[in-house]
Amino acid sequence: MALINLHVNGKNMSVDTETDTPLIYVLRNDFDFKGAKLGCALEQCGACMVLVDGEPTNSCVRAAAEFEGRQIETVESFGNPEKMSDIQQIFAEENVAQCGYCTAGIVCSVTSLFRKTKTPSDEQIKDTLNRHLCRCGSHSRILDAVYRIREVAIR
Amino acid sequence: MSKHSSLSNSPKISEWLDFSQEGELTLHTGKVDIGQRITTALALIAAEELSIPFDQISVRKTKTDVDPNEGYTAGSFSMQHSGYAIKKATATARKIFTQKAAEKLNISEDKLEVSDGQIRAKGTNQSLTYWELMSDVNLEIDVDEDVQTKNTSDYSIQNKKHIAKGMAEIMTGKYQFLQDLKFENMLHARIVRPPHYHCELEKLDPDVISRLEKENIFVIRDGSFLAVAAKQEYKAVKAARRISLAAKWKVEKQLSEENIYSQLTANRKDRFFVEKGCVPSTTREIPELTTMNEDEHITVNAVYQKPYHMHASIGPSAGCAHFDGQSLQVWTHNQGVYPLRAAITEAFDMSKENVSVQFIPGAGVYGHNGADDAAFDAVIIARHIPKYSILLKWTRDDENSWEPYGSAMHCEIQASINKKGKISSWSHETYADTFLTRPITGKKPATRMLSSHYLENALPWPVAEPMMVPHGGIHRNMEMLYEMPEPRLVKNRVYDLPLRTSALRTLGAYGNVFANESMINELAERANIDPFTFRLNHLKDERAINVLKKLQQVMEKDTPEDEQMGKGIGFARYKNSAAYCAIGVSLTVTEAAEVLLHHAYIVCDAGEIVDLEGVRAQLEGGFIQAASWTLYEQVLYERDGIVSRDWDTYPIITFDNIPKMHTYLIENPGKPYLGAGEGAAGPAAAAISNALKDATGLSLRKMPFNSDTIMEAALEG
Ligand code: FES
Ligand code: FES
Repeated sequence: MALINLHVNGKNMSVDTETDTPLIYVLRNDFDFKGAKLGCALEQCGACMVLVDGEPTNSCVRAAAEFEGRQIETVESFGNPEKMSDIQQIFAEENVAQCGYCTAGIVCSVTSLFRKTKTPSDEQIKDTLNRHLCRCGSHSRILDAVYRIREVAIR
Repeated sequence: MSKHSSLSNSPKISEWLDFSQEGELTLHTGKVDIGQRITTALALIAAEELSIPFDQISVRKTKTDVDPNEGYTAGSFSMQHSGYAIKKATATARKIFTQKAAEKLNISEDKLEVSDGQIRAKGTNQSLTYWELMSDVNLEIDVDEDVQTKNTSDYSIQNKKHIAKGMAEIMTGKYQFLQDLKFENMLHARIVRPPHYHCELEKLDPDVISRLEKENIFVIRDGSFLAVAAKQEYKAVKAARRISLAAKWKVEKQLSEENIYSQLTANRKDRFFVEKGCVPSTTREIPELTTMNEDEHITVNAVYQKPYHMHASIGPSAGCAHFDGQSLQVWTHNQGVYPLRAAITEAFDMSKENVSVQFIPGAGVYGHNGADDAAFDAVIIARHIPKYSILLKWTRDDENSWEPYGSAMHCEIQASINKKGKISSWSHETYADTFLTRPITGKKPATRMLSSHYLENALPWPVAEPMMVPHGGIHRNMEMLYEMPEPRLVKNRVYDLPLRTSALRTLGAYGNVFANESMINELAERANIDPFTFRLNHLKDERAINVLKKLQQVMEKDTPEDEQMGKGIGFARYKNSAAYCAIGVSLTVTEAAEVLLHHAYIVCDAGEIVDLEGVRAQLEGGFIQAASWTLYEQVLYERDGIVSRDWDTYPIITFDNIPKMHTYLIENPGKPYLGAGEGAAGPAAAAISNALKDATGLSLRKMPFNSDTIMEAALEG
C-alpha cells in the first residue's frame, strides 16, 4: 500500500492503495468517476479512455501510480446532463449512443481531437475513433456527429 | 380475456400507468432497455395518447412483482407487446379522465381539449390536470382494447426527432450501468473458470487459499465452481489469477476439432419438414430431393455456411446480489427478470416471495449472452457470504469463452428456374444447433444456468428440444415471401456439437436469409434478369414491392458509377411478420483481398413509427453488427478450449470500415407496429455477399468474408 497523489478533473486527490492498481479502479471505485468503463482490461477496446495531459489514454492497464503529476480528465469533467459540452450536446442530439457502454470513452477521444484542431481531416477522425470498439453499431451515427461538430467548429 | 399476451397477464390500467407523483407519469413495463430505446418509444406513445410532455414521463426499470411479466425482451416483439399495451392503456386512461373532467366541469366531453397534461374546456380558462383528477378516477379497471386511440392526423409528438431517454446521462458518464452499482458493505467478485466446459476441479492448493484469506480475500468453492471476493476490486482481480494458478483441473473430454460443417451434417439430428407458415411439421414426411428436367429448367446447387458467432458485448457480463440469510435481491442486465427468478428459486429451493430481481442496464446483450449466468454466479457467491452485496464482473476472457454462442449453420439449397425465369423448384435444408437455451419458467430453468453444472450438487447439461413454433429458432425465415411452388424446407436440429449455444440476435434468420437471398441472386443471374426485377417478378405483397422499388430508386440515384465498385442487395421480412427490410451495399475489394464498404442503403417498412431516431439507429446498428459478423467474425477453438478470448482473436468491425448510411423509412401511420430491431441483419449479409459477387465474380458462400476466404475462393476459381 502507498499513498498515491493524482490530479483529476482539476482537483488534487489522493488514495491509499496497492501500487500496481491500474488507474481505472482508482477513478471508478475510490474517486467515484464511473464514466470510464472496463471493457477488456487489455488496452484493446477504448471503453476505459480518459485524457492524460490532454491525450486519450487507456486507463485499464497502467498503474495509477504512473500518473502522479499528470493532469487526468474523465468524461464527467466536460459537462453534466443539465449543461453538456458542445461535443456532448451534439452527440446527444444525434442520438449516437445505443447501449452507451462505449460512448464515454469516445467522448474523451473526440474532445481531445477538437482541442487540437477545429478542422480535423477525415483521416484524423478515423484514427482517433479507431482506438474504440462499439458492438451496437453506433459507428455511423458517431461519425456523422463528429462531422457535424467539425462543421459547427468551422462556422 | 385479452388475446394479447401482455394484456392478458396484466389487464389493469394501473399495472401500466402510475400518476401518483404530481406532474409525472411513470410507466411500468416488462420490457427492458438494452440500448434499443424501448423506454423512449413507450414514453412517446404515452406522451402522444395522453398529451403529456415527453419529459414528464419516466419508465421504470423492470422489477419482479412490481412490473408486468412480459417474458423476454426479444424477437423484436417489444413494440408489439409493451408498445401495444401502453397505447391501449393510455388511450383508455385518457377516456376515463376526460369523462371525469366533463362531469366535474359540468360540460360535455366534446367541448374539452387536452394539451400539456391539462384537460381544458375549449375557449375558457377552466381546466383540470390528470393529477387533480387522480383521486376521482378508478384505474383498477381493465384496459379497453377497442378504445378509440388518437387520430394519426392529430399526432404531434411521435415520429419526430427526440433525444432518447438517458442520452444526456450517457454522454456525461452519469448513466448508471449495473457495473457501476455501489453499496455499503460491497464486495467485488471474480470467477475462476476451468479451461473449458468438460472439466472438474481436482485439486486446489490449500496454502494459496489460506494466504488469500489472511489478506481478507474470500475464496468461494462449491464443487468445481470457484470465485473470489474482496473489498478492493483489483485485489479480487489479482486473487483470481492466483487461484487459477493454484487450481488443477481434470479434463473429462476435449472439444471436438472435426470440421464443424461436417459435424453439422453428420451428427445425430431431428429433421422436420417445414410447412407453409414456416412451421416444422411432426407429421409430414420429408419428400425426396428431386431434380427438375434439364431441358426445361436451370438448376443451381449451393452450400452456404456461417461459423459460430459471439454476442461479444463491449462490457463483459456482470451481476449483483445480496442475501440476508433469508431473502435475496438480484440486479441483472439480462433480457428477462422473471425467468431468471424462476431459475434462481428452482436452483436454491427458495420461494418466489424471497427473491426479487431487478433490471439495471449493462452493455448491449443482443440475445442470451452471459448476463443471466453472471447474475446466477453473483447469487451463488452471495449465498456463500451472506450480508454482503456482491458485485460480480466477468472478465473479457470469461465473456468470450463462456457465453452461449450463436450456432454455426450449414444451408444446402437446390433451386431451379424455368424458361420464363420463374422459380420452379426450391429445396433448402438448414442445419444448426439450438438457438434457445435461455431459462424458461416451468421448464427446469436452473439447468440452463452455466454454473449450475459445476456446483457440488451439479445439474446435468440440458438438451434443448427443437422449437416448433412458426419461425422458431433454426428455421426462422427459411420461408420467403416470393411466390413459387411449395418449397421443400427442412429443418435439421443437430446434436452433440462442440460449443454451448443459445439466442443471438435473429437466431437462424441471419444464416437462412443470407443463404436464400444469395441463391435468389444466383438464379437471377442465370435467368439474365436484374436482381430487382427478378425479385419483383416473384412478389405479390404490396409492402414488400414498395420497399424493393424504393431501394432500387435510391440506389440508382445515389451510388456513383465506378468500375471497381460491386453492388448487391438483399431483402426479407423478419419472421414474415415483423418489419420489411431491403438493403443495398456498394463495396470494393483491395489488392490484399480486404473488403471496403462504401455505401449502405436501408429501406424499411416498420408499420407506424413511434421513435424515428430509435428505429433508424436499430436498423443502422443492425446492419453494422451484421456486416461485422459477415466480414470478420468466427469463434475459434481447439481441443483444449476456446481460442477467441480477446479482441485480437475475435476481431470485430472498426470505424475505418463503416459505409455511408442512407436510411429510408416507409411511413405507415395507423398500421400496427412491426419490430425493426432484427430486420436488417439477414438482408445485410446477403447484400454484402451479392456485392462481392458483383465486384469480384466470386460466389462467396462461407463466412467470414475476410482476406483468407476471398483468396481461397479466388484460387479455387
Ligand atoms: S478496457 Fe481499457 S481498452 Fe478495453
Ligand atoms: S453503443 Fe453499445 S457498445 Fe457502443
